[in-house]
Amino acid sequence: MTKRPSLFSLVLALPLLVWQLAFFLFPLIFLVAISFWTVKMFQMQPDLNFGNWQRILTRGIFWDAYLHTMILAASASALTSAIAFPASYAISFKLSETAKRWLIFVLIIPFFTSYLVRVYSWQVFLTDAGIINTALGYIGLGPFAMLNNNFGTLVGMITLCLPLVILLQTFSLNFVNRDLIEAAHNLRCGRLRTVFAVIVPSARVGLVIAALFAFILSFGDFVSPLYLGGGNPPTLSIMITDITKSGQQWPRAAVVAIMMIATLMTVALGAITYAYKERGK
Amino acid sequence: MTDTRINPSRRRLLTMTAGAALATPFLSIRAAAQTTNLSMLAWYGHAEPDIVGEFEEENNVKFTPKYYTGGDNMLGLIAQSPPGTYDVILSDGEYVQQLNAAGYIQELDPADYPFDDFFPEFQKFPGHWKDGKLYSVITRFGFLGVAYNTDEFSEKEASTYGVYADKKATGKLGHFDWHLPNLGQMSLWEGNPSPYDIDEAAWQAVQDRTMSLRPQVGGFFDYGGTFSSLKSGQMTLFAGIGDWITGTLERSGAPVRSVIPEEGGLQFTESFSIGKGTKKYDMAKKWIQYITSPKGQAKSATMAAYPCLIPSKPGWEVLNETDPAEAKRQKMVLGERNVMDMIREGLIQYRQLPVQQDLSTWNDFWSDYKAA
Repeated sequence: MTKRPSLFSLVLALPLLVWQLAFFLFPLIFLVAISFWTVKMFQMQPDLNFGNWQRILTRGIFWDAYLHTMILAASASALTSAIAFPASYAISFKLSETAKRWLIFVLIIPFFTSYLVRVYSWQVFLTDAGIINTALGYIGLGPFAMLNNNFGTLVGMITLCLPLVILLQTFSLNFVNRDLIEAAHNLRCGRLRTVFAVIVPSARVGLVIAALFAFILSFGDFVSPLYLGGGNPPTLSIMITDITKSGQQWPRAAVVAIMMIATLMTVALGAITYAYKERGK
Repeated sequence: MTDTRINPSRRRLLTMTAGAALATPFLSIRAAAQTTNLSMLAWYGHAEPDIVGEFEEENNVKFTPKYYTGGDNMLGLIAQSPPGTYDVILSDGEYVQQLNAAGYIQELDPADYPFDDFFPEFQKFPGHWKDGKLYSVITRFGFLGVAYNTDEFSEKEASTYGVYADKKATGKLGHFDWHLPNLGQMSLWEGNPSPYDIDEAAWQAVQDRTMSLRPQVGGFFDYGGTFSSLKSGQMTLFAGIGDWITGTLERSGAPVRSVIPEEGGLQFTESFSIGKGTKKYDMAKKWIQYITSPKGQAKSATMAAYPCLIPSKPGWEVLNETDPAEAKRQKMVLGERNVMDMIREGLIQYRQLPVQQDLSTWNDFWSDYKAA
């Protein structure tokens, strides 16, 4: 028999419900509605016009930008997770409690500075005459093109996601049952095999959620593709600004935004289903 | 005897304090009542202290700016605001007609403004007048040409749009991310005397010419990105801009400059209108009178955010007295070859909206070009 929730727990959940309705559901419904509106003399007019959907979804450049954005976000998510894991592993398993606390504090520090400022400061490092290429020049290498391309964009996206992914992975690894690791070692399981056969499956939920956050943040990122990628080629977020800049076509931009939200929801649902899938099923 | 003005008694001190406390709200209400709040819709920089500070002080006015990027953005902001939201509106010349057609701006009295001070080319500026009625007053203008890094290119090399295809510029050509100035330049490069009034064949040629440059392009930049990529030397050539950006960088010591190429340059203009529905018409008028006065014009020419050329001849004279170096740099010196000669020689064409194609056609092509 299912236990009915108490009045107290319902009251506690109410602010969240109100928040979600006010700042997610209603704006989403409004976004869907304006995707059918029309623009006349720079003014949006309520309508039921499917032209915006047809115009966006039948244009090759939308699908090019969509694919490009997906590849960038997936790459950023995979790279960030791969770079973060050794650090998270070291923090969780190798460091003392004091060192662990200090490192977690250090990982929070980047959030004190604006992401835009951090991205701009990367330009000093990545330009042809920047710090990295100058250093490489001393050993006869380069210059390498690191700005206004996908490499630059990925550097920015990893800058955005890395601290958060390390934190989420670390918290997840902290909950791995140490007895399982000891048992693996007792059964003569090597260190590397223990990581992949015991630790990673045990921390799967946290690791997948961390990768999902990296994907979500990168997929919608506007700053890195513009200031480190040079908008070359454009991502979906840049496409939204382009569409609104010329002709104030907010309804068409709404179509792009809805496609982005639908993609993120599908990816998030898939990732969470995978994360919580029971082993062997 | 104790002087009670210096050492007041406790009772007197309490009375004075109470009196001051009671009077303070009235003082502040009076002060607040005297301060006129003037809302301005403009490109960034126009309501900053270097431009409006003196006017605010002299007239007890406080400007509330709303900055935009691009004419479409401006029209969108007005369209989505109730009438009277903006008292003064600064817009690019080509958008004045649209402001007027939509009924967003008021008719002005030409007698209120110093048109006699303006060079003849700016006294009846196209689009600012309709059926003999005035709707907007030009305050500044500028040229768009080839922006180049002076360490990488000589002025002679940069004096043709052909330099955009130079091998030295591969991956180093930046675009200011707005189709209108970029495609206008491509149209001039194609030899179209009226770059925005072109037939379908010429439009196709403009598109082909633009697409041929795609391998050269290092990026598409907004206002901030344009500044940083030029300053860092990451982009050594830039299309779609002019001295309004390179002038600011040059003043700060960056090796960048703009030149009007032999195929001709484009001209943008900025003008002030008074928003329909404003309750502060007189103060808005006073502001336009101030910024078109010789003193206001000289200030406008050297605006910290971005410098510009000015249409007022006495304004040139004041600028030559107060900042002769800047007057010379911007070629606003009377008695020698100056920017007015370039206009009169037919080297400069107005930037405008496409005449024979729809604006969205140009915009769609620009999106395709960016994604190519």
